[in-house]
Amino acid sequence: MTAHVQIDAVVKRYGPRTAVDHISLTLREGETVALVGHNGAGKTTLIKLMIGLIRPDEGTIRVLGSDPATGDAKARRRLGYLPENVALNPALTGRETLSFYARLKNEDRRKVAALLERVGLGEASARRVGTYSKGMRQRLGLAQALLGKPKLLLLDEPTTGLDPALREQFYEIVRVMRNEGCTVLICSHALAEMEGCADRVVIVDSGRKIADGSIDELRRIASIPAKIRLRTVPGELRRVETHLGLNGCHKRLDDTTIEVNLTLAEKVRFVHRAAALEDQVLDIDVLPPSLDELYAHFLQGRRM
Amino acid sequence: MKAVLIVALKEVQEGLRNRWVVASSALLATLALTLSFLGSAPTGSVGAEPLDIVIVSLSSLTIFLVPLIALLISHDAVVGEVERGTMLLLLSYPLARWQVLTGKFLGHIAILAFATMVGYGVAAASLPLTGASITARSLTAFAAMIASSIALGGIFVAIGYLVSALAATRGAAAGAAIGVWLFFVLLFDMALLGVLVVDQGAIVSAHMLDAVLLFNPTDVYRLLNLAGSGSVGALAGMSGLAEASALSAPALLAALAAWTLLPLGAAGFAFARREL
Repeated sequence: MTAHVQIDAVVKRYGPRTAVDHISLTLREGETVALVGHNGAGKTTLIKLMIGLIRPDEGTIRVLGSDPATGDAKARRRLGYLPENVALNPALTGRETLSFYARLKNEDRRKVAALLERVGLGEASARRVGTYSKGMRQRLGLAQALLGKPKLLLLDEPTTGLDPALREQFYEIVRVMRNEGCTVLICSHALAEMEGCADRVVIVDSGRKIADGSIDELRRIASIPAKIRLRTVPGELRRVETHLGLNGCHKRLDDTTIEVNLTLAEKVRFVHRAAALEDQVLDIDVLPPSLDELYAHFLQGRRM
Repeated sequence: MKAVLIVALKEVQEGLRNRWVVASSALLATLALTLSFLGSAPTGSVGAEPLDIVIVSLSSLTIFLVPLIALLISHDAVVGEVERGTMLLLLSYPLARWQVLTGKFLGHIAILAFATMVGYGVAAASLPLTGASITARSLTAFAAMIASSIALGGIFVAIGYLVSALAATRGAAAGAAIGVWLFFVLLFDMALLGVLVVDQGAIVSAHMLDAVLLFNPTDVYRLLNLAGSGSVGALAGMSGLAEASALSAPALLAALAAWTLLPLGAAGFAFARREL
């Protein structure tokens, strides 16, 4: 597999502040990567470096086979970018806006209508962008990023302000792009929604990379206990507790529900024993640590 | 080159949609018509060409209005797009910064040219309605006036870009643009006049005055149009200045070109260095 993005020990300073501090990162073909971090952690700076809007103070970057700072037109044409909070001109219609960007990328004008259809703006394409809802504007932004069959998609906070249904649509389009071999980098702090979409998670904090791996790998490294919830028959809560030998290491959520934190090793045995109490236990839920918890874990590890 | 034209076309499209084109054409046409009809009344015995009178009044109108319109459409060009986030997006496309600026410049010039030609053209075309006859010489002078008005607009578009490329916020850019207009259109000449009155020719020689006038593009425009052809010059009361002036038409045109290219180059430089 070829690397679409190769970042080697890159440093970018703004005056005394180091926005990106020796970050190395490889994005392979067809990979969907979530870039996660606080506001100001260096995510957007990293994206600007990949686009070539700014040059690194140290280190090297190769994007789609060339140095992005040279502005190589061939590489730029295969790069799709959706900036955070982009406000497209409200006076132009959706189709006019997309046609403009299509012309800049040397893309066939006929593709514009198809693309608008694909992001669900077919009917609204003759309306002015000023009349669009936040979700529609964001979809128009995505449409321009999809112009020219990109090999690399950089999406900066793409789903802020979208309702859950639209988010799902959004990630569906991302999935289709991935299946076509496109490398996708999504910057976000809304981690939970990227579960099942991101192959790999990269966590950055104050300009440093602090974690990089698949969600499962990160879970293993973090070894955060999984949560298990038991729902019992009313009035049987106490009996279940004694039966399972729980001594204070659990939480009572209400009269019929308990929550236990267990490591990977203890989990299976515990579930097995709980399942044996079929007269008292109505339901068992196993909740693996969410991305948000993983994120919090890695950030905490740094702060300590 | 293609990318430059695409950007220019988008600027024109936005100008049409935002009603900039319509508004500035209508404004120029209304004022030009008013001036040409009012101006044609008292000329009977002077023996001046009717179109020459129109040229004199429209030149004065241009000096006030065209820089204002140019600054209004240009001060937002860089900082506005940066604030809206569209500049970041635009520069991720196969497009260099100088191409963005050049494209915008061509688009804005096209808007100004259209507004000036329509607005002033209406005034010239309506003259025969008042029963006046127009000579070919006046017509040439009129065409030159329109062309130099567009050039003056181009200068202030370029200055607007420089302001826009340097300003941190849109508000700052708007404030600075108004300052630029006040300085070049009102304050500069008032200050110069004050100095000349006090000085009474003791220190400031004609050559020095020439040099000083070159520092204000609106004065260059004024010299070019009002002192240029004989009859217009006499009418404008500028012939005295023109006779003392050693500045020829090519020198004035060169000054206009320099006033366009220097701010445009500086804007390009500032934009290239700007962190996005």
